[in-house]
Amino acid sequence: MVKSRTFSFSKVMLVLGLLFLYLPMLVLIVYSFNASRLVSVWAGFSTHWYGELFRDQQILSAVWMSLQIAFYSASMAVCLGTLCAFVMARFQRMPGRTLLSSMITAPLVMPEVITGLSLLLLFVQMAQTIGWPADRGMATIWIAHTTFCSAYVAVVVSARLREVDRSIEEAAMDLGCTPLKTFFVITLPVIAPALVSGWLLAFTLSLDDLVIASFVSGPGATTLPMVVFSSVRMGVSPKINALAALIILAVSLIAFIAWYLMRRREKRQMSGS
Amino acid sequence: MINKLMSTPFMERVRALLFHRRVVFGIPFLWLLLFFLLPFALVLKISFSSAVMAIPPYQPVFSFVDNTVSVVVNFSNYLFLLSDSLYIAAYWGSVKIAFIATLVCLLIGYPMAYAMARASARMQLVLLLMVMLPSWTSFLIRVYAWMGILGNQGLLNNLLLWLGVISEPLKMLNTNFAVVLGIAYAYLPFMVLPIYTNLVKLDVRLLEAASDLGCRSLTTFWAITLPLSKAGIIAGSMLVFIPAVGEFVIPELLGGPDTLMIGKVLWEEFFNNRDWPVASSLAIVMLALLLVPIILFHRFQAREMEKHG
Repeated sequence: MVKSRTFSFSKVMLVLGLLFLYLPMLVLIVYSFNASRLVSVWAGFSTHWYGELFRDQQILSAVWMSLQIAFYSASMAVCLGTLCAFVMARFQRMPGRTLLSSMITAPLVMPEVITGLSLLLLFVQMAQTIGWPADRGMATIWIAHTTFCSAYVAVVVSARLREVDRSIEEAAMDLGCTPLKTFFVITLPVIAPALVSGWLLAFTLSLDDLVIASFVSGPGATTLPMVVFSSVRMGVSPKINALAALIILAVSLIAFIAWYLMRRREKRQMSGS
Repeated sequence: MINKLMSTPFMERVRALLFHRRVVFGIPFLWLLLFFLLPFALVLKISFSSAVMAIPPYQPVFSFVDNTVSVVVNFSNYLFLLSDSLYIAAYWGSVKIAFIATLVCLLIGYPMAYAMARASARMQLVLLLMVMLPSWTSFLIRVYAWMGILGNQGLLNNLLLWLGVISEPLKMLNTNFAVVLGIAYAYLPFMVLPIYTNLVKLDVRLLEAASDLGCRSLTTFWAITLPLSKAGIIAGSMLVFIPAVGEFVIPELLGGPDTLMIGKVLWEEFFNNRDWPVASSLAIVMLALLLVPIILFHRFQAREMEKHG
């Protein structure tokens, strides 16, 4: 590496940037333990708002609804996204491939209001023409989330697919393995870590989405971001601070486990070679 | 002879392979055709309709009258957008705010990515997780955090008052400043990541050669590092700029009455005024504005996904 001084502009910016990213979240966590309802006053340590949070039936049922939708969306997005990744990384001369690649990368940057509006118009049109979906709710949110999450899964999985050594797959095929069996026995275990991280990414994206879900949902289905949004629109609420602290805790825990597993695998590879 | 060749195990495998390829291609293709492309066609169609009090609240564009298809296309929505200065101001406001926020992200994000790419391999993994972690927590809640910080009774004002920098609370929440800050905060990880990915692949021998030939480190940066990381800068900027133009949550929570952004206007047309045709034409014009950045991003992304390691 080129000489790296211990003190440099970019290092200072990195520290400042990380502070910028983390301080607001830290503030939320600290204020979730504030006994007072107001942000301006510190009235002592209290876990009162956590109790309030767990007694709020509306929030609890919204959490359950969001978790279900996120689970189903992430699972379907991994299937579709992996298929797309295969086409992108392996099928160089497939007709229609350019169209597929445009359709899979566009959701990465598409403004959410446009995606939400367009899918709602589709569901309304479908209900008129074929009578389904009669009610908008979980199923329509699931379709919408699956569609935009697939794009992210495709990016994650195709990055991994490009690194896979294809000679093992070719050897398996030469020895008489069918393409399907080769996929399940050779390719799948190799790309499994990418599938897991793609699934987790899709899960968090679905859990987090407010705009698209607001467009395609009906009166029956209220997801967690919708409840949070309607409550924070009115101003700062300590109950939401408590919820924020719990979400940050959960995500940090999963990130820590991921980091630990990655480091362990790296160590094992180092000692193996 | 041909039949004999066709029945060899080799040909059977080729046919099986072709069949599998078609299935692998067909499933996501049909899904995206139905749930991504067709919806846009519908938005386009309904943007040429007019609003009526009905379910659904728009006039059909195609209708069957006496066994003939009649097409009623009206451009009144587009003319309406042009005639009302509110919409033009909203488009201009969105592009301006998104542009400034993208610039802020780039100025903070590039040095961050640079420092990350130069850290030790073990440190890189930790830093990468640290930059990504906020984007895995709730977007809504991260925007909401700034409401408590920037408010008149908020943390920042209290701090500045206590320090004696200001004598009365500054109005920061519900201003365009808060919106730019919110966008820069929420989208920063998406700027850092592509630039980091790009910088980490940079061939260090080029930098060593430059320094051997007597280049100063700043000159090396301008002459080599920055031009070679162009792809990462473009990808990061597009990942911030395009969604920021259509952003709804941030202007709604952090912006004020004078914050005009097109995502918010579209939302209000749709949910408050229930004018679906106008909302659709707003979406079409927004897409037209974003077409060049989207194509730019797609070119980059397609190249990334097809490159062979």
